[in-house]
Amino acid sequence: MKFGIVQFPGSNCDFDCYYAIQNVIKIPSAWIWHKQNEFSDFDCIVLPGGFTYGDYLRVGAIARYSPVMKAIINFARKGGLVIGICNGFQVLTEARLLPGTLIRNECLHFICKKQLIRVENKHTPFTGMCQKGQVLQMPIAHGEGCYYADKEIINEMEKNNQIIFRYSDVNGQTSKEANPNGSISNIAGICNKKGNVLGLMPHPERNIEDCLGSGDGKLIFESIVMYLKKEKILQNN
Amino acid sequence: MWSVRIDIKLKKGVLDAQGKATHNALYSLGFSDIRDVRIGKLIEIQLEGNSREEVSKTVQDMCQKLLANPVIEDYSYKIEEQ
Repeated sequence: MKFGIVQFPGSNCDFDCYYAIQNVIKIPSAWIWHKQNEFSDFDCIVLPGGFTYGDYLRVGAIARYSPVMKAIINFARKGGLVIGICNGFQVLTEARLLPGTLIRNECLHFICKKQLIRVENKHTPFTGMCQKGQVLQMPIAHGEGCYYADKEIINEMEKNNQIIFRYSDVNGQTSKEANPNGSISNIAGICNKKGNVLGLMPHPERNIEDCLGSGDGKLIFESIVMYLKKEKILQNN
Repeated sequence: MWSVRIDIKLKKGVLDAQGKATHNALYSLGFSDIRDVRIGKLIEIQLEGNSREEVSKTVQDMCQKLLANPVIEDYSYKIEEQ
């Protein structure tokens, strides 16, 4: 099993992701440079946070046309697991691998703080170790994290259980007060229809150990590993 | 040579946080008659092309692929021969 971590110019959570997966989860990881046209032998691709290409034009818009994105789109179409965190989420929406988009926070400020999110769907490769309704602590750090999609898309995502995380309070209430950035319906993370591509604004890799808060972020990566192990057993049978 | 001026605006209904903040700032300066402020982008491009139609097609392609995000933005453009 191997994770690939994409490095764009301006990625700045790449080493955090590497540390989380390689050192804490103890799964081999390797870099994928944005100029690579192809890659092989990866079971999960991580698009880390940062400010790819200085966030010029729109967040994620330029990175979306990096050579590596073609390979990632192919990988995702074949069912490969892709997780985009923060700026990685923004790149995935620009690449149309995920619906909707992320716009400037309602409050206009860059927000950097501890945040609580509620797990909405545990039947995904990314949340199998969580419980539905479980409240996780994960830091957020973004200026453009306000999730937006029109009503039709939101309804379709609700129907397909594509909304994976919502901003909540400690009791799991998804109130307006618990919504840090004005995201529609408190959306913090979504997946595609097939369920193999996840995007989320909070940073699981920044709460990967107890000393960083609670270690809740570990659940996301451990879920991926559990899913991939099960897949491998099924394939071998 | 052609000169193209592309206007990109947020779609109606999409929250324009920058516009809202600017509205508030203008209001506090005493411009109390303002009803709405929306902030967009202006992109100017110089390009070669054989005809206005060809340039128009290229610009549309650019807007749809990169310059505008159809989820939240509308675009319009004007082409001038230089």
